[in-house]
Amino acid sequence: MAVRTEPFVLNMGPVHPSTHGVFRMRATLDGEVVIDIEPVFGYLHRGIEKLAEQRTYTGITPLTDRLDYISSMSNNLAYCLAVEKLAGIKVPERAEYIRVIMAELQRIAALLIAVGAFLNDCGAYFTPFLYMFRERERIVDLFEMVSGQRLTYNYMRAGGVSQDLPEEFMPALRKFMDMMPRFMDEYDRLLMQNEILIARAKGVGILTGEQAINCSVSGPVLRASGVNWDIRKADPYSIYDQFDFDIPTQATGDCYDRYRQRVEEMRQSLRIIRQAMEQLPSGPVRAELPQLIRPPTGEAYARIEAPKGELGFYLVSDNSIAPYRCHIRPPSLINLTALRDMVRGWKVADLIIIFGSIDITVGEIDR
Amino acid sequence: MATGELSIYNLVKFQAIPPDWPGGFWWHWLFFTVVVIGFVLTMVMGVIYIERRGMGRMQSRLGPNRTGPFGLLQPVADAIKVLLKENIVPVAADKIVHWLAPVIAFAPALMIFAVIPFENGALLADLNIGILYVVAISSVSTVGIFMAGWGSSNKYSLLGAMRNVAAVVSYEIPLVLAIVGVVLIAGSLSLNQMVVAQDIPFILLQPLGFLLFFTAGCAEINRSPFDLMEADSEIVAGFHTEYSGMKFAMFYLVEYAEAVAISAIITTLFLGGWRGPLLPPWLWFIVKVMLVFFAMVWTRTTLPRIRIDQLMAFAWKFLLPMSLLNLFITALQVLADWPTQLIWAMIIVNFAVMAIIILIWSRFFFRLGWGRIEV
Repeated sequence: MAVRTEPFVLNMGPVHPSTHGVFRMRATLDGEVVIDIEPVFGYLHRGIEKLAEQRTYTGITPLTDRLDYISSMSNNLAYCLAVEKLAGIKVPERAEYIRVIMAELQRIAALLIAVGAFLNDCGAYFTPFLYMFRERERIVDLFEMVSGQRLTYNYMRAGGVSQDLPEEFMPALRKFMDMMPRFMDEYDRLLMQNEILIARAKGVGILTGEQAINCSVSGPVLRASGVNWDIRKADPYSIYDQFDFDIPTQATGDCYDRYRQRVEEMRQSLRIIRQAMEQLPSGPVRAELPQLIRPPTGEAYARIEAPKGELGFYLVSDNSIAPYRCHIRPPSLINLTALRDMVRGWKVADLIIIFGSIDITVGEIDR
Repeated sequence: MATGELSIYNLVKFQAIPPDWPGGFWWHWLFFTVVVIGFVLTMVMGVIYIERRGMGRMQSRLGPNRTGPFGLLQPVADAIKVLLKENIVPVAADKIVHWLAPVIAFAPALMIFAVIPFENGALLADLNIGILYVVAISSVSTVGIFMAGWGSSNKYSLLGAMRNVAAVVSYEIPLVLAIVGVVLIAGSLSLNQMVVAQDIPFILLQPLGFLLFFTAGCAEINRSPFDLMEADSEIVAGFHTEYSGMKFAMFYLVEYAEAVAISAIITTLFLGGWRGPLLPPWLWFIVKVMLVFFAMVWTRTTLPRIRIDQLMAFAWKFLLPMSLLNLFITALQVLADWPTQLIWAMIIVNFAVMAIIILIWSRFFFRLGWGRIEV
């Protein structure tokens, strides 16, 4: 006997424990099976791109902090690179090294949250999440030393960084670098080979390399699908061409691969930081610039490999103190476009972990 | 031991109050009803404290430590807070079902304790079919939970309730089959008699049975990793999404009362119940219950959650064959009179059998990650 069933619409979010902010999905379900989803966003729209047109070039940096608020340093870096490209500013060498150290520390901090939140979505009740927060706190302490802030750092400036590293920074960083590999092993021991996690995440939500490229997905999600594309290698910015590091990739592009990919990337970031620490030169940390930057008329696009993928800033200047147009290419939004293809036919529980494995920040999607 | 015909006077045995007291029967009932309710409520507070503090420790944080000494009064503060909350009923809810659900869910959780011995003979009703009563009563909670899911007229609630019914129906079977092994060795269905029969704890004679019962019990009461029905990262709070105030407190109470109940049954069946050296029996009982509950907290903080189809497959393809094998082996051993004659051989053999069976089955017959199963 065939039971007559009909699909129903489940409105997940904007207030839901696993939507990582105020994100909403209209999911059409057949029992537990997801037939279709429709992402709805815009709940956190603050008009950052428009606000940027009213500010001076220096005054926009705090706005970029509020894009992907768990990786503010990367946002600062991407924006400053765009301004430097636009105005043709040369950055002192020490500042470049400090920027790399900060960007890679920020990558570790953001990936820790991504991995922790993913495991939390899998149902490991907060334990891995809080373990990872413990280490993230140390990174945030380091950031507090240099910038005085713990979330929105506003540390980088066009032409360098706002101030030199304080005395206590390097010993603290060294201590962190000694501890971190051990903590990383601890996470791996906790859940990496866990039977339930593998059963839940392996083979779930497969995104093939071709699909990923077609959706212009970037970052760990792309590399987990087997595509070797990292802007640090493919289109080196700052001084990334001076460091020796690998771009890890995974084979299948399922949730487990995306989790593994992020863990591997944290290890590579540690390698970069270690090299940057050793080579850190002395000297000024900021280029001599007028108080109000007036770039010549023109446009510039600068992109970096942010923790979530390709973060780009497109600036148009009309030779005034504020940009004529500022457009942001947020990795979260572009990566999210692949979600629908990944979740069709999977169950509600899978929908959550696939969504978690993409790792979005709504502040960046809605701008 | 009550034997013979199934009448109320044969079912109930008077121990705490001498039967020759005037109205002794009713005094006994009154006394133990108060004891059971007091026990359940205080134990629930105790286990909530253990859970919150234990989880805090395991997650490298402190846990509640501000209310009273060491945060001991935190459950009280929680209770007061939740009782002062407004009672919200959704407009589209089925009012009667929505109101009745927490009551129906809570009563069975309390009733289970009627047959659990706190000391030798110290129990509300020494039913000679005690364990059967436990199995029967504990399933009734599901009705209340499904009513909550249906009556809330909320899709998350309904999903949670459906998951719960599916889980309970499936896990009841390995649960009962794991119990049968103990019943065979003890030779009685009365829980008190089972404890009396445990000169060595049955966990040694029935290690596989213990694991099966613990796993199926966790699934039955929806403790992690089987907490699908209130999976907060997926379906918000499952069946009690639409509950607030006192009614939510009732569901919260049910959840922990059931956890205490399963811990108490595990203690009684496998860990020697109230038996133990030096300490008074009731204290042994409480300590053992707390230890079993601590194991549940431990699994909760460590393991991720499994998916609904994996949950089903795990019950039918792993636990059920395991429990049948366990029952078969135990039956053979009882037939050969091992529990009285060759008790040490039985311990060694059963541990070896457990290791081998689990290893073989989990390598060659069933793995959680083997493909998707349609449910």
